[in-house]
Amino acid sequence: MSEAAMPLWEVFIRARNGLSHKHAGSIHATDAEMALHAARDVYTRRGEGQSIWVVRSSDIVASDPVDKDMMFEPTASKIYRHPTFYEIPDDVGNM
Amino acid sequence: MYSQGLIGADGQTHEDAAFLAAFQARIDAEQKIEPNDPMPEGYRKTLVRQISQHAHSEIIGMQPEGNWISRAPSLRRKAALLAKVQDEGGHGLYLYSAAETLGVSREEMTEQLLSGAAKYSSIFNYPALTWADIGAIGWLVDGAAIMNQIVLCRCSYGPYARAMIRICKEESFHQRQGYEIMIALCNGSKEQKELAQDALNRFWWPSLMMFGPPEGDSVHSNQSMIWKIKRFSNDDLRDKFINASVPQAEKLGLTIPDSDLKWNEAKQGYDHGEIDWDEFWRVVKGDGICNRERLKNRRRVDRDGAWVREAAMAHAQKRRARMASARIAAE
Repeated sequence: MSEAAMPLWEVFIRARNGLSHKHAGSIHATDAEMALHAARDVYTRRGEGQSIWVVRSSDIVASDPVDKDMMFEPTASKIYRHPTFYEIPDDVGNM
Repeated sequence: MYSQGLIGADGQTHEDAAFLAAFQARIDAEQKIEPNDPMPEGYRKTLVRQISQHAHSEIIGMQPEGNWISRAPSLRRKAALLAKVQDEGGHGLYLYSAAETLGVSREEMTEQLLSGAAKYSSIFNYPALTWADIGAIGWLVDGAAIMNQIVLCRCSYGPYARAMIRICKEESFHQRQGYEIMIALCNGSKEQKELAQDALNRFWWPSLMMFGPPEGDSVHSNQSMIWKIKRFSNDDLRDKFINASVPQAEKLGLTIPDSDLKWNEAKQGYDHGEIDWDEFWRVVKGDGICNRERLKNRRRVDRDGAWVREAAMAHAQKRRARMASARIAAE
């Protein structure tokens, strides 16, 4: 059997208003409309969502894990970006 | 049960020692491995095999129960069974997606299932002959599956572990609906109770076989443990399942069909009789009661659905072309 491969879509679901969409998984579909239907059937059988996004997997641009250190390590040394870096006398109270 | 997917797995890998040591350090630190991370080829191959066979099991597993949807004894039972079978289909899809993150395509996996090259869990090659079997399948088969899947939630491969968490959340209803069917039958007429006992008699041993044979010193199994794809031995999980199931059978007033089953005070667990591994291997190698029927059905469904997939692809292509020409006209 030599069928053409059906495009892959990533599914994002907003559990309820006030929360952001979160990656739930992926599905195969020929177009956006079918992708939404399939995502609804596969990922929201128990009221998991109020809203669904589907994005073609091939349209997602991801950072390379090989570049992980270069990308993210520098932030580890910038501890002055965190509130705990600064010393405030206890008697000033919560700040 | 899904460790059945590891039977014959080739965990061989050819990376250099430094690479393997760095990878093992991540595993030992309980870091999850994600799709694009560097990983040994043996790790990837072992996972593709196990996850795809797990997915195939969910898909083929729809058949024995699907057989009873139209004959469920009440609307309540029918709605529940329909939802359960739909869940199994969904679980298959979550798992195929997880396997696809390792670079194998859905089409390849489907092809492997249809050609008979890939296996699925031995249990689905047993027929569901009576309504009581639907009870026994939910109670025992899903019970055994949950026992396996709960530990897989901590598997070192992120996408597999996440799919398992989702599946476990959904599956507890499966076991409860099965056990409820058993309760109803056991509280019913003498004939109904006999039906329940008969289903237990036929499903007990095949359920124990779901965990796979004792590994002994199997190299592949040890490698899977070291890579934390697997966390407990087949025998350990099987014992856990027996210890949980015996009191449940007693509550129903049913007898486990094993005359050697007895409580062992020292190990605080049950000792069980000899499992017929010859039967297990016969079923795994294709000679179970339903092996041929299951694959024949699956191939027919795939063939019958081919025109739908083709039409959907053609429709999507046509719409894209139309939108493109409309855009050019507008410019």
